[in-house]
Amino acid sequence: MTFVTLYVFVLAGFVGYQVITRVPSLLHTPLMSATNAISGISLVGSLVAAGARESDVATVLGTVAVTCATINVVGGFLITDRMLKMFHTHERPPREEEK
Amino acid sequence: MSTRELLIQATYLVASVLFILGLRSLTSPPTARRGMQQAALGMLLAIVGTLLHQQIVDFRFILLGLVLGSLIGYPLGVFVPMTAMPQRIAISHMFGALAATLVGITEFYDAANGLRVAHARMAALGFEVLFGALTVTGSFIAFGKLQELLPGRPVTFRGQNAVNGLLFAVTVALFAWLVVHPATPGAFYLMAGLSLVVGVSLVLPIGGADMPVVLSLLNSYAGLASSATGFAIGNNVLVIAGALDGASGFILSVVMSKAMNRSFANVLFGAFGAPAEGAKKLAEGQTVRSVTAEDAAIQLAWARKVIVVPGYGMAVAQAQHQVRELADLVEKNGGEVLYAIHPVAGRMPGHMNVLLAEANVPYDRLKDMDEINDQFREADVALVIGANDVVNPAARNDRGSPIYGMPILNVEDAKSVIVLKRSMNPGFAGIENELFFSPRTSMLFGDAKASLTKLIAEIKQQA
Repeated sequence: MTFVTLYVFVLAGFVGYQVITRVPSLLHTPLMSATNAISGISLVGSLVAAGARESDVATVLGTVAVTCATINVVGGFLITDRMLKMFHTHERPPREEEK
Repeated sequence: MSTRELLIQATYLVASVLFILGLRSLTSPPTARRGMQQAALGMLLAIVGTLLHQQIVDFRFILLGLVLGSLIGYPLGVFVPMTAMPQRIAISHMFGALAATLVGITEFYDAANGLRVAHARMAALGFEVLFGALTVTGSFIAFGKLQELLPGRPVTFRGQNAVNGLLFAVTVALFAWLVVHPATPGAFYLMAGLSLVVGVSLVLPIGGADMPVVLSLLNSYAGLASSATGFAIGNNVLVIAGALDGASGFILSVVMSKAMNRSFANVLFGAFGAPAEGAKKLAEGQTVRSVTAEDAAIQLAWARKVIVVPGYGMAVAQAQHQVRELADLVEKNGGEVLYAIHPVAGRMPGHMNVLLAEANVPYDRLKDMDEINDQFREADVALVIGANDVVNPAARNDRGSPIYGMPILNVEDAKSVIVLKRSMNPGFAGIENELFFSPRTSMLFGDAKASLTKLIAEIKQQA
């Protein structure tokens, strides 16, 4: 762990703050489910824990962690997409991708 | 850096950029879907990159976790109804935090139970496990309340804040001790256990109407725990994603607290217990005017401008489709229909927007408070569906009211107000609502869905 990591954290926090303050309240629920899905990136830690064969404890806890994180990734992105699909200005939702 | 390591880091970098672009795309609905799909692609890249990791020697358990997670995650993503979204979000905070906590415990355990953990790393691991564990149980309790497995009203007892404060202080003290003396497994596991208890005791006293703030705060904690994981294992994409998640949750909690004119501390420790005394008196000596569906329908059928004010009652009755149907009829008669969305209407940020979007309401009709408040003056009818506190004038007029100072929708400015309400029971906060006694207001009692169905039938008959 280096001091650089702290830079990354603080700068990412700033970027996040700037980007997310511009999300309209209309999309606050999709925002929540989107950040949930993105936080599933903790897979990068749990995959190593589950597969490194350091100890049985690590394998078991790691596997549970992989399961939990995968639930958020799969479920999170799917539900976010499902919600975003519903937001439209036309009388009928567009069938294909806009543009 | 080996080629393999370089490749892994490259996937992480791309993933980080795609995550930020994905969140940026959420600033407007037309770009949002594409942006989030790219973020999902970034996630896939990062996962594939991680699988190249040299330390991974056994893929069997990884596969088991991935398959199991997908099997559970798919139905949670595809079949959960929009009305169940608050509890769905709460439970996913729990999964996210649980993953972070377990990785933290694994890291500690594998480093000879803390013997080989440096002080700085211990700070990251401790933070991760403390906030992670607290979020796991906190989110689970929130889920239980929203799913109505637990009572939605605040669970309080005498001296609760003192007990909670003491619990939290001991947990933090253990954390501090660990940073100085990492090789004390007893302290580590005790801290993890106590954090679980703190999560329960933190959320139990919080009532349903405050859930938007709690869900946002837990979102933030889950993100910070992930970020701490990134610190502990030296992984930047995790630090970045966690920081984004943490920032998002923090911003949402601030927005929600402001919309209730309350501080975090007040939400967390000031459970609405007994109703204010002065407010109760209001009900005596005043009468409400109840109206039949037929009369209300006539008003709506001839209205040129109708503003619908949805609240949690609409979600409970799952009446969003009937709302849309009614709006269609008003529009067919040449009227305009807009929707006034209070930031804390419902049980989570954006709750009403999602429900109405599901019912096919175009999003340009969904107006937030600042945008619509001046328009009530021009409205012929304000149709309040299962909303209470967010339209209570006591927030402006009654200094003694627990919701005094909360910004509200200017419903009383409308030429007439129709309130759809189950009964005259006061809302969650136990506060009488002066609006219901106003001469401009008529009450249509009954389940929101049933009342709307009646209104629709009446309007159709008149046409």
